[in-house]
Amino acid sequence: MKKSVILGALTVAGLSAGAAAAGTLDDVKARGKLNCGVTTGLVGFAAPDANGEWKGFDVAVCRAIAAAVLNDPTAVEFVPTTGKTRFTALASGEIDVLARNTTWTFSRDVDLKFTFVGVNYYDGQGFMVPKALGVSSAKDLDGATVCIQTGTTTELNLADFFRANNINYEPVPIETNAEAQQQYLAGACDVYTTDASGLAATRATFEAPGDHVLLPEIISKEPLGPLVRHGDDEWGDVVRWTLNALITAEELGVTSANVNEMAANTGNPEVARLLGTEGTLGEMLGLDAEWSKRAIAAGGNYGEVFAKNIGEETPIGLARGLNAQWTDGGLIYSPPFR
Amino acid sequence: MSDTHAQTVAFVRDTEIPSAPPPYAATGPVKWMRENLFATPANAVLTLLALYAIYLILAPTLPWILNGVWSANSLAECREILQGATGACFAVLTERWPQLLFGFKYPSDLYWRPTLAFVLLFVAVAPVLFFDLPRKLLIFTGLFPFIAYYLIWGGTIFVPILALVGCIGGFAVYQRFVTGSFAAGFFGGIAAALAIWYIGGLLIPAGASNNAMLTPVPSRDLGGFMLNMMLGVTCVSLSIPIGIALALGRQSSMPLIKVVCVVFIEFIRGVPLITLLFVASVMLSYFFPPESSVDLFLRVVIMITMFSAAYIAEVIRGGLAALPKGQYEAADSLGLDYPQAMRLIILPQALKISIPGIVNVAVGLFKDTTLVSVISMFDLVGMIRGPILASTEWNGVYWELLGFAALLFFVVCYGISQYSQWLERRLATDHR
Repeated sequence: MKKSVILGALTVAGLSAGAAAAGTLDDVKARGKLNCGVTTGLVGFAAPDANGEWKGFDVAVCRAIAAAVLNDPTAVEFVPTTGKTRFTALASGEIDVLARNTTWTFSRDVDLKFTFVGVNYYDGQGFMVPKALGVSSAKDLDGATVCIQTGTTTELNLADFFRANNINYEPVPIETNAEAQQQYLAGACDVYTTDASGLAATRATFEAPGDHVLLPEIISKEPLGPLVRHGDDEWGDVVRWTLNALITAEELGVTSANVNEMAANTGNPEVARLLGTEGTLGEMLGLDAEWSKRAIAAGGNYGEVFAKNIGEETPIGLARGLNAQWTDGGLIYSPPFR
Repeated sequence: MSDTHAQTVAFVRDTEIPSAPPPYAATGPVKWMRENLFATPANAVLTLLALYAIYLILAPTLPWILNGVWSANSLAECREILQGATGACFAVLTERWPQLLFGFKYPSDLYWRPTLAFVLLFVAVAPVLFFDLPRKLLIFTGLFPFIAYYLIWGGTIFVPILALVGCIGGFAVYQRFVTGSFAAGFFGGIAAALAIWYIGGLLIPAGASNNAMLTPVPSRDLGGFMLNMMLGVTCVSLSIPIGIALALGRQSSMPLIKVVCVVFIEFIRGVPLITLLFVASVMLSYFFPPESSVDLFLRVVIMITMFSAAYIAEVIRGGLAALPKGQYEAADSLGLDYPQAMRLIILPQALKISIPGIVNVAVGLFKDTTLVSVISMFDLVGMIRGPILASTEWNGVYWELLGFAALLFFVVCYGISQYSQWLERRLATDHR
């Protein structure tokens, strides 16, 4: 008797969870808030400022989605997640979308049952060396001591790279990024290697950032992007095309400053479709016609978001590099709005 | 009187010689140093080495602290002010002070509420800690959890009142039935409290929190050192009674109760706290539908309480085992029943023996509350590691922030340990 009650309760719970997962878009609209998973803090990508307001490159994606769906870029409940809790938070329905510099990999996509809706930052493992070392390429690093975080894919990538180039190195295992900064500055290792964006952020905190250089070699692929649960393609489409709207806006020259003007009088049919003055793209998504206009107005197009949070004007100072528009030789590319 | 005598008198002093000062080396600081620092050559060498070690530590740290910058808006600005000189950047503490104490989401115009609760905490624990205070103050101690809940979380006042009524109702039922049988009183009390909460919960109008006098603050918005204090105080005060019950249960002659207690204690002690925290934050959310999950703060409190209760149970079991068998037999021979014997004879002695152990667990537990930062709750350490170090302004300020956290924890833990030493002296009734 008791067992059947428990089983029954579990079934009900499972069914209601399943029902909740069936229509995330409706859930978000009914709730009036978007639950967006972010990091507990990563320089430039997501961190609350002194007033407790979340700012950053990943945060901007959340705000754009909220603006598109709920007509309010501040209607976001930011759920901070750690590297360990992020996937369960998404799988259990605690968050609607995870925008937490997460690398798109096969097993995360297929085995963990998530849908990566796109890439908002192409990262890769890089090297930082003191300028005084006089090295201009990672291939000159024969015999160098390298600070490397243990138990990460960066460790394996590093071993592969040095073996492929037939040169030697001596690893200095470290546990956290903070430890790495101290070790590297103390001269315990000649080279520090981790994701290029992390290297740039780390270098920005040095007393003399100019004394250190990032080498041009990038030895791994780390495409970072927002992801949603498997099995709710309508919601996945909303997130995917919100991101694509930001990218397309940059390509077409639509910015947060001129979006209203562009919507009112544009001769470009693609801009008109993007901003909803022509066609019914918003309706197909289950949103109104002005969804993308609001998403762009929230924090600007992809280029504006990049420049404001991690671009060359900020202390982090990342160049666009791979993250330039495809028209400028980068990889940022959105399918057409048609 | 003879003349002889009168003559000799001339050689007798009739006043005392004023006492000469002691030799220079046998008084004052010199004597102290000779006795304590330079008593033997080996001692002298060790003293000199120790002085050198202190110098080595202070030489870089003192200028670093004294030269610290207290007002700047970012690390870069700090460095600009210092112009290459050594100096700490304490500006991060002043700028992020409210965040360190209250977390980054607690509304800043409501900071007075947790602060008031913190002040009231001292009033509430005083009669528990110091027996000389008037016993009537205990009434306030009993009310404090409800007042603190109302102050920190806000919302409708019906919730804490209902909780209080439930507790009083449960206690009344317990008092009524416990004379007949302990079990009837105990379970009857719990049932009555649950019934009152359930019925009362239906009576509270929906949306009562929206226009309450105190703005409601969700648990997710709590953070900073406030969160450590709340977890520490709640879990310690809950785990001591539960630990006592478990310790007694483990010694029970009733097989069922004994087995339950042994399994509970051994299971919890065999699992790391961080695993329990992951279960609380990650696993449990799979079992509840997304909208109706139990509050994360409550889940964490339950897990930490279970963890420390198991440890305290073992400490108290040690105290119980240390009592001579004669004490149990004396209680029996007086005709006391089990609760009376425990309350009047066994526990007062066993708890006194267990004080150092209990305090040890309490201090450890308080420091363990920083582990919640791994399940993305922003306690003091979580605030430092997450939002503050990840802000573009303060990325790279490690020593100042973590040193500050260490200082806060040291003050609290040292206070606890000083209190326990006072308590041991106060309760020392044996002849030493």
